[in-house]
Amino acid sequence: MSETRLMKGNEAIGEAAIIAGCRYYFGYPITPQTELMEYMAKRMPQIEGVFLQAESEIAAINMVYGAAGAGARVMTSSSSPGISLKAEGISYCAGAELPCVIVNIMRGGPGLGSIQPAQADYFQATKGGGHGDYRNIVLAPNSVQEMADLTMLSFELADKYRNPVMLLGDGALGQMMEPVNLEEKPLVSQEKPWAANGLGERTKPNVINSLYLKPEQLEAHNIHLQNKYQKIIKQECRWEEFSVEDAELIVVAYGITSRIARSAVEMAKRDGLKVGLFRPISLWPFPSERLLTLAKQTRAFLVAELSAGQMIEDVRLATRQMKPVHFYGRMGGMMPSSREIYNQVNLIVREKKEAVK
Amino acid sequence: MNSKLYARPESLTDAPFHYCPGCQHGIVHRIIAEVIDELGVRKQTIGVAPVGCSVLAYDYFNFDIVQASHGRAPAVATGVKRVCPDSTVFTYQGDGDLASIGCAEVVHAAARGERITTIFINNAIYGMTGGQMAPTTLVDQVTTTSPYGRNVNQVGTPLCISEMLSTIKGARFIARVAVNNPSNMAKAKAAIKKAFQLQNNGEGFCLVEVLSTCPTNWGMTPVEAVKWLETNMIPQYPLGVFKDAGGE
Ligand SMILES: Cc1ncc(C[n+]2csc(CCOP(=O)(O)OP(=O)(O)O)c2C)c(N)n1
Ligand code: SF4
Repeated sequence: MSETRLMKGNEAIGEAAIIAGCRYYFGYPITPQTELMEYMAKRMPQIEGVFLQAESEIAAINMVYGAAGAGARVMTSSSSPGISLKAEGISYCAGAELPCVIVNIMRGGPGLGSIQPAQADYFQATKGGGHGDYRNIVLAPNSVQEMADLTMLSFELADKYRNPVMLLGDGALGQMMEPVNLEEKPLVSQEKPWAANGLGERTKPNVINSLYLKPEQLEAHNIHLQNKYQKIIKQECRWEEFSVEDAELIVVAYGITSRIARSAVEMAKRDGLKVGLFRPISLWPFPSERLLTLAKQTRAFLVAELSAGQMIEDVRLATRQMKPVHFYGRMGGMMPSSREIYNQVNLIVREKKEAVK
Repeated sequence: MNSKLYARPESLTDAPFHYCPGCQHGIVHRIIAEVIDELGVRKQTIGVAPVGCSVLAYDYFNFDIVQASHGRAPAVATGVKRVCPDSTVFTYQGDGDLASIGCAEVVHAAARGERITTIFINNAIYGMTGGQMAPTTLVDQVTTTSPYGRNVNQVGTPLCISEMLSTIKGARFIARVAVNNPSNMAKAKAAIKKAFQLQNNGEGFCLVEVLSTCPTNWGMTPVEAVKWLETNMIPQYPLGVFKDAGGE
């Protein structure tokens, strides 16, 4: 069964999670993701799921930890300051290898910041955010449709790798309304023989834990995690590209910014400039290999972000500084117009032409 | 004819406890294990271990365990219980864990009437980290972070968790016990058993506070520690049932 509905991004995440078999949601209100929480409050009881408003983000992520440890498909959502509070719990989930989905609908920071859209939690999302050597799979949608699709994928990947998955959106995506096609998928039932849900017929107790007091054991556990992360890097890089084949300049942008950048690229192409767009969909694992290939055939990159420049570091690393990487960003909840990005594109391409002359 | 009169509970593994000599964590573990055996719920029990000296509880209990971060056991147990409503879910927490960093989590688990049981070990000190002041540290008690004795003007008075939680409607059963002598051990076991039974009957939040010794960080012999508990802790933290909703 498939159905097209006009939905807010936040609501699309909620409905997609339910389709993906999520029956447990724990959260705490914070703008601009609250509609997701409210959606779950309404929907979960209708399908005999559990919605619980926790006393804090800290409690919410720990409820997720408990529910995931007991073998359930479970989700929490928040926005930037709330994700900071969840950092400890996320590290524990990563350490204990618990599959769970964490939604971050980013807003401006640091501190209390603002309630406007931003992308300034990129480092926090992709580099860890909590303590220890761990990685979350981080997926960045750029439409309401993708908020739904990537939510479903998040649950699949979480279970497949026994790893937390973060869906990283921003206030604009969370709040905007677009048509979304929600396709009912048959649920693949997940065997979780490791879950702590009561011994039952088992003879050996299951323990959900991230403590290894012996350094040899903790190192072995970390090696196991790193091997898993390598596997994820090999198998789960996702991206989208537009008109990169003969591009002299490739704009790199994710999430809402990629849509603004796409209009800028189209404007530039209409003016005869050879420009393309590269959009990472998985921010971790970052599609580095593909970017490296592109670095060999293009002249320069322009990274556009709603931050002071965070993903630019991954682009530089991926392209090994083979070509110049320029940056354009707005902060604090300010959204660039496509004209702004177009102007930057124009400037760089013409400068390059000058340099060649 | 030989018959075994006294055996290790099935709910305990045969791993030897790592606790210091005279520490009462071991006694409380044993009581919990006996209770779970007697109730016949070992195969449906899920324990939540805290951060503190009892962090390794999963090595000792012979059933499923989820290890929680510092103070968050009641939230973790909430997640577990919501997924496994027919299971017996309990948290085991020290006073640093429950009364300090995890104060909000336990209060709200009680307020929700969460169908879990909390065993709260009050030894008036942070054990594992080497004897710092806890919210439950007694007035004038010397610890490594109250080297001149707990000064009420600066750090306030000891937190009476059982009294506090018994004011919360959602709490079903709140009792304070000690394991300083055989008769109190029997009472402790009865209270813990009741706390589990009520949970299994589908009733709300139950907490049993157990006054406990920490000879190592109190700087005493095990015998002195029991005496200190009797003369100093019990007057501050009187034993008894503070709340038995329905049975009052
Ligand atoms: C977030 C966090 N803060 C601090 C610690 C360090 N820590 C470990 S155990 C402990 C105290 C535990 O004391 P208590 O709960 O009274 O248990 P006991 O050791 O006395 O049994 C502390 C502060 C930690 N592991 N995590
Ligand atoms: S430090 Fe104290 S609480 Fe910890 S095991 Fe030793 S005596 Fe027990």
